[in-house]
Amino acid sequence: MTATAISVSPPQLPEQRVTQARVIRSEWTKLRSLRSTVISLLLAVVFILGLSALVPEVVVHHWPPHDPNDLANFDPTGVSLAGVFLAQLAIGVLGVLVVTGEYATGMIRATMCAVPRRLAVLWAKVLVFGSVTLVLTIPAALAAFAIGQSILTRQHIQTSFSQPNVTRAVIGAALYVTVVGVLGLALGALIRNTAGGIASLFGLLFVAPVVVHFLPSSWADPIDKYLPSSAGQALMQVRPDSSSLSPWVGFTVFCLYAVAALIAAAVALRRRDV
Amino acid sequence: MIQAEGLTKRYGDKLAVDDLSFTVEPGVVTGFLGPNGAGKSTTMRMILGLDAPTRGRVTVNGKLYRDHPAPLHEVGALLEARAVHTGRTAYNHLLAIAQTCGIPRSRVDEVVEAVGLAEVARKRVGGFSLGMGQRLGIATALLGDPQTYVLDEPVNGLDPEGIRWIRQLLQRLAADGCTVFVSSHLMSEMALTAQHLIVVGRGRLIADTSVEEFVAGASRNLVRVRTTDPEAMRALLSGPDVTINEADGGLVVAGLTSDQIGVMAARAGLTLLELAPQQASLEEAFMDVTADTVEFHASPTTGSTGGAR
Repeated sequence: MTATAISVSPPQLPEQRVTQARVIRSEWTKLRSLRSTVISLLLAVVFILGLSALVPEVVVHHWPPHDPNDLANFDPTGVSLAGVFLAQLAIGVLGVLVVTGEYATGMIRATMCAVPRRLAVLWAKVLVFGSVTLVLTIPAALAAFAIGQSILTRQHIQTSFSQPNVTRAVIGAALYVTVVGVLGLALGALIRNTAGGIASLFGLLFVAPVVVHFLPSSWADPIDKYLPSSAGQALMQVRPDSSSLSPWVGFTVFCLYAVAALIAAAVALRRRDV
Repeated sequence: MIQAEGLTKRYGDKLAVDDLSFTVEPGVVTGFLGPNGAGKSTTMRMILGLDAPTRGRVTVNGKLYRDHPAPLHEVGALLEARAVHTGRTAYNHLLAIAQTCGIPRSRVDEVVEAVGLAEVARKRVGGFSLGMGQRLGIATALLGDPQTYVLDEPVNGLDPEGIRWIRQLLQRLAADGCTVFVSSHLMSEMALTAQHLIVVGRGRLIADTSVEEFVAGASRNLVRVRTTDPEAMRALLSGPDVTINEADGGLVVAGLTSDQIGVMAARAGLTLLELAPQQASLEEAFMDVTADTVEFHASPTTGSTGGAR
């Protein structure tokens, strides 16, 4: 690091404007250049694939179940996608960190100096992180389904894409995880603090249902199906369930939570000092 | 050119910047001087659109920062605390910033080379020393080859070689016609680097002047006098606005110029052994001017008035 030369200002650079497309490129560079992002994404894929082998393996070993209810409710698709519930942790945390990591390190100031029209950064982050997550989790979910079903075949309890709702449930698993990530990103942008962002995301996803279950069931049942996790997971159900929203309505409700959080984050981002 | 008009920033009930108006002209290095907590960083954040002023406005080349379509080509910024994700390499940090306005990779390589980080550019910033971090900040500022620079404490944490490098860089940028606005609480550094000074204390403008005038205008311009007969000299020079202290076997006189003293001594027939005007250093001038406005007094020793040097 011995620099005595001050050879700066060479030929004038052509002045180029900030555009949404360029900010998206920049966010892609940011995402791929952090080791923690790459590890979290890989972890999510490993969870999805790992449990797709583990859970069906256990089921096959203990087949048939003693409890007739278990037999009646057996869902071979769900069994192969159990890893999604673990993967949402990795993706949710990563979504929060995509924004709060910049606040924690001070990077956000460099970012907002480069892009003073701040909303472009938020949209770029959502687009890049959402796309990357979807592109990874769709093949992961498909592979998990294939692995799981190949194991279930040993007891001839497998299902296939030709069965009703199966394709929607498998793709839906990837969509659900992706929206969890986007919701985390929005909460991170709103709260600007890693611990707070993660706590609020998982509070909303996991704690809210527990709290609602303490209510009398005449209250709990109608409220529960509109909670983010129940609404979002409706998309992963193969058998129609009268206690939850229909798959696409549920998923739309889940997306609306994410959109609401994003709108709140956008308003806050414009108004607050960096 | 940077123009602030009635710039005011209030955090809760604390007025961080209070009705600040100034102009930073191109072609010279303008120092932005003030004690810690004087509002320098807040002012710089407002210039860069990171903080919104409570009142007033600040423009860069006639526009609000956020209204510039290509901000990196307009203003190069170095922010006080590190503004870098520690998990990313220096190269990727610069690349991500550059890509927001289509600056090519070749320019990233160029600035990495220019600031002397070529060897460590592929290492993660978390392991960087303060000095390397500052160099990375400078590299970020240079990316868009802008005509205006806003640098918050650029010499902070640099070794002597790095400080000299920054000094030369700033002077060269100014000589090229750039607007260079540099904050510092180090008066000695500004004396060597800046030609113009904007001095603030407690968020208020204290002085907006050239470095020379600032020093000349300081109250403590002293004259050292050595004579064969100090008692007679003391009696001769005494007057209502004159203070005389003894130091190092001579007298230190405030309130008279060396010309006046020389003439008075000749008329009185006193022998002068030494007659030396002692210009206040920028440091002393600064202490004089900001003595009342220091936010956090360290100890009673602040503002001690040793007459001798």
